[in-house]
Amino acid sequence: MKLAPTLLVWLLTVGVFVGCFSARGDATPDAAIRQKLVQTILSEGPEQQKLLNELAESGAKIVHDVLTAWVREGVYLYDSPDGSKVPILLDDQLDGEGKARAIRIIDGQFVQDASGKEIRFAAADLTNAETDMRLRSSIQQSMDTLALAAANPEERNSAVLKLGNSQKPRYIPILQARLAKETNVAVRRSLDEAIALLQLADSDPKVEIAAVQHLAQLKSIGSLANIESLMNKAGCPRDVVNACHSAARVIENHISFVNFTGTIFHGLSLGSILLVVALGLAITFGLMGIINMAHGEMIAVGAYTCYVVQNIFGSGFGFSITLPFSFGGKMIHFGLHLPGFNATGLWYESYFLFAIPLSFIMAALAGLAIERTVIRFLYRRPLESLLATWGISLVMQQLFRMVFGANNVQVNSPSWLLGHFSINDVSFDYNRVFVIAFAIAIVIGTWLLLTKTPLGLLIRAVMQNRAMASSLGVRTARVNMLTFAFGSGLAGLAGAFLSQIGNVGPSLGQTYIVDSFMTVVLGGVGSIVGTVCSAFGIGTFDEVLQQTTGSPVTGKIVVLVAIILFLQWKPGGLFASRSRSLD
Amino acid sequence: MRPIGSKSEKWGLVAAALLMVVVLPSLNAFTAEGSFLHVSNFSINLYGKYLCYAILAISVDLLWGYTGMLSLGQALFFTLGGYMMGMYLMRMIGNLGQYHQPIPDFLVFLGWRTLPTFWKPFSSFPFAILMAFVLPGALAAIFGFLAFRSRIRGVYFSILTQALTYAACLLFFRNSLLLGGNNGFTDFKFVLGHDLRLPATQRGLYIATALALVLVYLACRWLSRTKFGLVQQAIRDSENRVLFSGYAAGYYKLFVFVLCALIASLGGILYVPQVGIINPSEMGTDKSLEAVVWVAVGGRGTLIGPVIGAVFINVLKSWSTRAYPDMWLLILGTLFILVTVFMPKGIVGLPEQLRSLYRRLRPKTAPAPVIASESKPEMAKNK
Repeated sequence: MKLAPTLLVWLLTVGVFVGCFSARGDATPDAAIRQKLVQTILSEGPEQQKLLNELAESGAKIVHDVLTAWVREGVYLYDSPDGSKVPILLDDQLDGEGKARAIRIIDGQFVQDASGKEIRFAAADLTNAETDMRLRSSIQQSMDTLALAAANPEERNSAVLKLGNSQKPRYIPILQARLAKETNVAVRRSLDEAIALLQLADSDPKVEIAAVQHLAQLKSIGSLANIESLMNKAGCPRDVVNACHSAARVIENHISFVNFTGTIFHGLSLGSILLVVALGLAITFGLMGIINMAHGEMIAVGAYTCYVVQNIFGSGFGFSITLPFSFGGKMIHFGLHLPGFNATGLWYESYFLFAIPLSFIMAALAGLAIERTVIRFLYRRPLESLLATWGISLVMQQLFRMVFGANNVQVNSPSWLLGHFSINDVSFDYNRVFVIAFAIAIVIGTWLLLTKTPLGLLIRAVMQNRAMASSLGVRTARVNMLTFAFGSGLAGLAGAFLSQIGNVGPSLGQTYIVDSFMTVVLGGVGSIVGTVCSAFGIGTFDEVLQQTTGSPVTGKIVVLVAIILFLQWKPGGLFASRSRSLD
Repeated sequence: MRPIGSKSEKWGLVAAALLMVVVLPSLNAFTAEGSFLHVSNFSINLYGKYLCYAILAISVDLLWGYTGMLSLGQALFFTLGGYMMGMYLMRMIGNLGQYHQPIPDFLVFLGWRTLPTFWKPFSSFPFAILMAFVLPGALAAIFGFLAFRSRIRGVYFSILTQALTYAACLLFFRNSLLLGGNNGFTDFKFVLGHDLRLPATQRGLYIATALALVLVYLACRWLSRTKFGLVQQAIRDSENRVLFSGYAAGYYKLFVFVLCALIASLGGILYVPQVGIINPSEMGTDKSLEAVVWVAVGGRGTLIGPVIGAVFINVLKSWSTRAYPDMWLLILGTLFILVTVFMPKGIVGLPEQLRSLYRRLRPKTAPAPVIASESKPEMAKNK
């Protein structure tokens, strides 16, 4: 530190700066903080201490940066031409001579000479703002508090957790001071937890017991390890050990509760995926009796529609195919190029909202085409519809490969589907929540369509007794067509959905086809309620098995075998439709 | 459906059998390489593979064409037979593997020092063959018993067999099953003391396959003409009428199902030494469906149809995967759609179909009752 008389000069300099800036009208909060920083660097003793404490309350990033530099001796004092000392930082980028531009802390501008040229300095040529042991420790302390005062609650939260896990009881007063001011509920909870955690290291057994009990009350999962280590520490008083035992039991119960809830939630979301995938099949297979092995490819149509829409919102989409044979000596090419909007930001993120209805429409159109060209010949031959649609599925898979390539394509999730929130330590991913909501929405939509609209009435009539409906004047061919298109459209929606949570590739549909047939058969063919129940049932059961056996494949095998055995007991599925007709 | 009993057809079949069993291998063994009549070692190996597929196709047809049960799990039984044979062949490698250990390479790779207990008896050929029939047979018996007891039929039977196959496929992909996981078995060296790389061994295997096919064909032909066979076809046409007539249709179906599993497994046993590899992808759901395609294309409800279909499609596959590798699935898929929609009786039924088309195009001489009587069984079958 400089001698006392010069302090006056510096204060004056600061005063000049303050005058300068307020004259320019730049007295933003940021500018005020920067002034205070400069003031702190140039001051000394208790004055400096007081200023540091004030800075710590600000929570600004610039304070953090400058203080970090200061501790590392990276703040320099530049003797400006007017004789004053100006605190500066050096830029990271060095030029050929090892010199860098200097940034004035006061306004973040580069230091210039009279002609407006940026002056470069080498670190060795400058005097740095000196620090001593005591100052460094108080700077460090300010920095700890500083993070606690960050504007963003999440940053505050992580700072609290960091201090809580530091096992240094000296942070307790800082945290307590913060707790008194904190308004955010989550951060308050973390502060509470962190203080209790730090108190575990207290020398007074009474404080320790209180802390342990408090942690148990908070059901703090993070503290389990600390509590256990305290419990096993040699020479730990008996009553503390007892308190630890009961606290550990409470926390362990809480952990198993959290895991259980998480598994159920994952199971529900898996069930929703199954439901979305199988619902279309419940219509085409359950109601119409058509075994559509190309159902999986309808899902892929939906997923690829998402991909195309995403690219159109981005840089455009194009493909070209060269047929492997020549025609009259010429190779045959065909292709397509759709220009993109080159959208960015929120507009780009919203592509998914457009993709959802489009994937329904595209898959419905594909379904319509298949129904008109192939399936309408096969209504009387359900087993053969299985074979013909398998042929369709092969053709479509190959077409996907030719148009989109054999590898998986990249479909980006919009940012509003990423991330998660947690309630009571159980974390809920947004996209899983979205699947569940989405599944519920389309089930309700399907139910409304089937039961509340004239079309639904016709669909049910035709499916119950085709000949009778036809003789009563229902145009059965048309109803078949629309029903099949609707079922395919639902598969398309499923595809839009799956594109957000898994890979999109030519054989996407194959992954789900067996599962979705099993879902429909288990639920009872022709029953939408059955499909819903069996989808959620299989999903949850599968997830629980995966958690308990620790292997996804074993879980899946057990589920398949369980379904086969279940059908022994109830051959018609969960909700068998009753009929007096034989066969 | 016309009975396959006329004299000319009988002679045709004998000629075909002789061609397969005697003529082709002789041409391979006794003609000079490069001669016009020579059949290369590669071709003999390829034909052997086709004939194994033909055996599989007959098993699918006996179920689907004759009993009306479309099983999508025949590839499972085929592969199970193949795996049992494969285990024997793996043991025969001895310590000629890459690690020069007395146990199969993949077990060394998984960290095993000694042979797992269940592998030990597979050093014996008779035991391996016995297991190749017992295991698929037992699986078929258990599954069939459960399925037919609760009267699972039609589409549901197809879907359940598919699920069973899928589950088994997932299981075999696991390394912990100690059956080679993903890669399955390969690098076979000897069968019954003969070197598998020698053309003579391959020829012997081919002859065995051709003989097996002829025997299976004859046995099925005999079966379809017994009273049992008639009940079996009656079940196909109307299971309920058979039930009401006092037959326990379920046990008939169970017997056929187990029999077909055994036939498929026989195909698998012969397949593995000729192809030289067996892995879980052979039992994927698509393989079973492919076998159904052969039958549909060849003509179901006849015994010669599946053989023709299996050979025809596989020849087509060999050719097109070489000439137009990208187009194979398109060709197969399109062919399948067309056959299903327009040629429900397959290649075998094609002359009959053309004849009736010809009659219809000449309305004056077209006798209406003939068409009616022909379409009747078709309707009943497809109910």
